[in-house]
Formats: sequence, C-alpha cells, structure tokens
Amino acid sequence: MGVALILFLLSQVSPTFNLRAVDTPNDAGGSITLTWEIPEGLEHIDRLEIYRSESPEGPFEKIKTYLSPVTRFEDMGLKNGKDYFYKVVITSGGETIESEIAGPVISRPQWFHKGRVTILFGVLIYTLILLYFILSAKKGKELYLRPIAGLKALDEAIGRATEMGKPILYVPGLSTISDVATIASINILSHVTRKIAEYETKIIVPNRNPVVYTVTREVVKEAFTSAGRPDLFDPDSVFYVTDSQFGYAAAVSGIMIREKTATNLFLGMFWAESLILAETGASTGAIQIAGTDAVTQLPFFITACDYTLIGEELYAASAYLSKEPVLRATLKGQDAMKFLLGLLLILGSAFGLFGITWFQKLF
Amino acid sequence: MHLAADPWVWVAAILTLFIFTFLYKDNPLYKFAEHLLVGVSAGYYLAIYWHNGVKPNIIDHLGQGQLIYLIPLILGLMFFTIFIPKTSYMIRWPIAFLLGAGSGLSIPATFQANIAEQIKGTMLQPLSFYYSNAALINAIILFVGVLTVLTYFFFSKEHKGALYTTARIGIIFLMIGFGASFGYTVMARVSLLIGRLQFLLGNWLGIIPSW
Repeated sequence: MGVALILFLLSQVSPTFNLRAVDTPNDAGGSITLTWEIPEGLEHIDRLEIYRSESPEGPFEKIKTYLSPVTRFEDMGLKNGKDYFYKVVITSGGETIESEIAGPVISRPQWFHKGRVTILFGVLIYTLILLYFILSAKKGKELYLRPIAGLKALDEAIGRATEMGKPILYVPGLSTISDVATIASINILSHVTRKIAEYETKIIVPNRNPVVYTVTREVVKEAFTSAGRPDLFDPDSVFYVTDSQFGYAAAVSGIMIREKTATNLFLGMFWAESLILAETGASTGAIQIAGTDAVTQLPFFITACDYTLIGEELYAASAYLSKEPVLRATLKGQDAMKFLLGLLLILGSAFGLFGITWFQKLF
Repeated sequence: MHLAADPWVWVAAILTLFIFTFLYKDNPLYKFAEHLLVGVSAGYYLAIYWHNGVKPNIIDHLGQGQLIYLIPLILGLMFFTIFIPKTSYMIRWPIAFLLGAGSGLSIPATFQANIAEQIKGTMLQPLSFYYSNAALINAIILFVGVLTVLTYFFFSKEHKGALYTTARIGIIFLMIGFGASFGYTVMARVSLLIGRLQFLLGNWLGIIPSW
C-alpha cells in the first residue's frame, strides 16, 4: 500500500480534493456543510479526518474522524456570523495527504426554507378553501355532514352514566398540548362537560402531562360555567397523575375499578397503554368510546371499545358536536382539500407513467 | 436454582408480582405497587423536568446574561397563577401561546411529512414497473388503498352510490391494515411478557440462565 501511495504522490503532486465549505442552506443557522472528493488513484484509506479553525493559519482542531471514504460532512453547533476554515486529511498506508484549506465560510440562518415553497402554496390554497366555506356558512348556506356512529353514541353514553349514578372517565390521551389529537380531544372534552353539567353527572379527568392538565382543568371549569352550573365544578375531578406512561396506565386502571365508572372516553394520542386501559374498562362493563390517530393503537380500541373514532373522525368530532356553522364549514374545507389531493394523486400518477417527472418533483 | 443475592432484584420481582395480582382482581398489593409507581415516577419526572428542561433551557441561559430567556420564564411562571384565584385568568396567556406556536410549528411539518411525502410516495411512476411484478402489484394496491381510504373520510357527502362502494373498499383496506398491525403489536407485547418472565425465572429465581 505504501508503494502505491508513493506512486500516487509522484503521479499527482497536488492531489485534488475539491473541498468546498458552504453555509448549510435552508436551516436555522449554526451549520456549515463540507463536500469533497477522494483524490483519484487512492484506492484505500485508513482514516479520514476533518479539521476546523477560526483562522487560515490555524491552529486546526480535529472535529471528526471517519474510517471510510465519506465525501460529505455537516458541521453543526457553530456560531453564526463567524469565519471558519476547514481542511480534510486522509491517512493511507501510514502516509497523510492534506486537502487545500476551504474558507472563510460563515454560518447564517435563512428566513425562508426554499425547499418548502410547495408546502407554502399548499397551505395558502387550503386557507383559501377554508375561507370560502366559512364565508358560505356565514351567509347561511346549509352544510350537510354525514353521521358518525361513535359521536352519535356520545350523548347516549353520558346519559347512561347519569342513569346509573356513576362517574364518567375522560382520558385526554398521553401526549403533549401541541399534539393535534390532544387539541381535538380537549375540544370534545368541552362539549362532554357541558352535557355533564346539564345532566349533573360526575366527571373524572386524569392527566399525564402537566401542561395538558392545566388546559383540561380550565376547559372543564369554563364548560361548567358556560352551561350555567359553575357550582358543579369539582377542582379535584381534574388532576395530574404522573408522566410515567405505565404509572399512568396503572393509576387509571385502578380508578376504573374503584370508582366503577359507567362510561370511559379515551380520546387523544395513545401508545402501548391503550390495550391496558381499554381491556380494564371492558372488564368493568363500562360503555367505552375511543378515538385516536395512532394507527398502531386503533386495532386495540376497535376490539376492546364499543365505538372507535378512526383518525380524522377524532379531528372532526368537535365540529360535529358543536353544530356551529363555522366549524362545520372547516370540515367541508377539509373534504375539498382531500378531493384535491386525490386529484393530484391521480394526475401525478398519470404524468409519472408517461415519463413526465416534473410534477412529482413538486412534492 | 440460584436465588438472587441482590436485594433490589427481590424488590423488582416482588413489585412485578404485586402488579400481576391485578389479573385476578383489584387488591391491596396492587394498590401498594400502583401508588408506589405513581409517586416515585412523579418525583422522578419532576427531577427530569428540572435537569433536562428548566436548568439547561432557562437557568443556564439567564446565568450567561441572555435576558431574552426571561420571556419563557415569565410565561412558564404564569402557569402557577392557577393557585391564586385573583390572577388565575393569566394562565390562559401561556396556554394561548403554546397552542398558537404549537399549531404554527406543526402545520408545515405535518403538510410536508403527512401529505406531500405520502402523496409523492404513492404516485405511480415508471420505476413502479421496473423491479418486479410484485413491486408493481404493491404500488397499485397502495395507490388504490390511499384513494379509497380518502373517500371513506369524506364527511360532507353521504356514502351512497359510487362513494359507498369506494368507502367500503376503503374501510376494508383500513381493517386489513389494522389486523396486520394488531398481530404485529401483540407479538411485541408478548415479547415484553417474555422479558418479564425471564427476569423472574432467570435474574430472580435462577431457574433459567439470566441475561
């Protein structure tokens, strides 16, 4: 290998790396991307090291070592607006070859992610569609929505708990407040609580996330107030349990058994605890309605619950339950968007099959 | 049979058995294990929140004189106004911020990952026919599945006529998917049980080789 390297060095006095260092595009800054080529004739490398310095004279600090001939590296965690210099050093058969120094290069954040222009257009089109349907609803246009079995059963389930004189358990999922499923669940909680205030039933809302707890507490309090029964709000009925997934599952299972809840509502984001909760609830004979967008947990809810809201049915629930024209209009907008996406799918496939690829590249 | 000498293995094994007693019915042993787990985990996560959240994201930055971090600190402290009835209305401000910022952040990412990428991946292209007949069949199943499942989730039209047929095909696709997912996840859960039994029989009782 040493002989090969000497021959290589003789044949090429200055091996070309074509080292390029550029500010990583479409990012929030703090990153520089390096690309280079492995010099021609070099068949094997023992080690490839990347060095960085704040001055072309050095000192250069080793920031990464590879044992394979990679040709790209993204240096992250850098300070924005500062000059950086780089070089690559390859060790082969005990000999070292140094690249030219690349730089100065400065890392900067970008205001726009150029790769997401299609997304921007998508969001704008969706917003326009939504606005159209909302304005139509405001003008008094009748908007039809097909019935969803799980939502029709919600009032019945609350009524059943009232007749039995037993509480209703509402589990708002185990995710954070920024999860769409959690937000959808909180909207449903508001409707459920208003019904509960009407029927004077008890509700239990155990929470896994502290922030979700504060929101659900406020929602329940507000719903009792808006239903004209602030006196029925029990601050102890909405509480934080623990962040531990299975600790939470153990506690909620215990609540179902001890409080003998007549109705269990599992609406939101769930993980592996879904079957534990749904099975325990089923063993108590409670009527159970579940809803989640977690594809892997839906089968468990479908098998162990009386009704299950699948994916988008959960998101649609608040619009259904509130019967507010504006909210119903958003569902119409979503349907129009789904139709448009289906159309794009068919068009893209047709173009693709005829070898026209620009359309698919838009996504 | 070599019983474990480590007292913590005994604690873990006994608590595991306490939890398993729930399979018979609710009882004081399960209640003890449940309350212990909830209490210990709540305390543990409080420490985690402090060391992984508050300290590196707020305290350390403020210590370096980066006063911009006072904004999240104040927003965070507003959550505690819940304990003071007169100021409890202020809790709505950080909640509004969280919901607004959360939605704003997640909408482009959701569009990219759950819509654009999925559509791109579902579109038929000459490459779909290139590798094998099986790949072609897969691509067609995926294409038909996505379109028909989309029609199932149409809420503004009654499922009648052609829409009824496509929605029915869509729900069949969904149920086949859920069935496959069910079997797969049950297998994963069984492996969790096996892991626990290996702990009891191996690490604790020493009947089987421990791992």
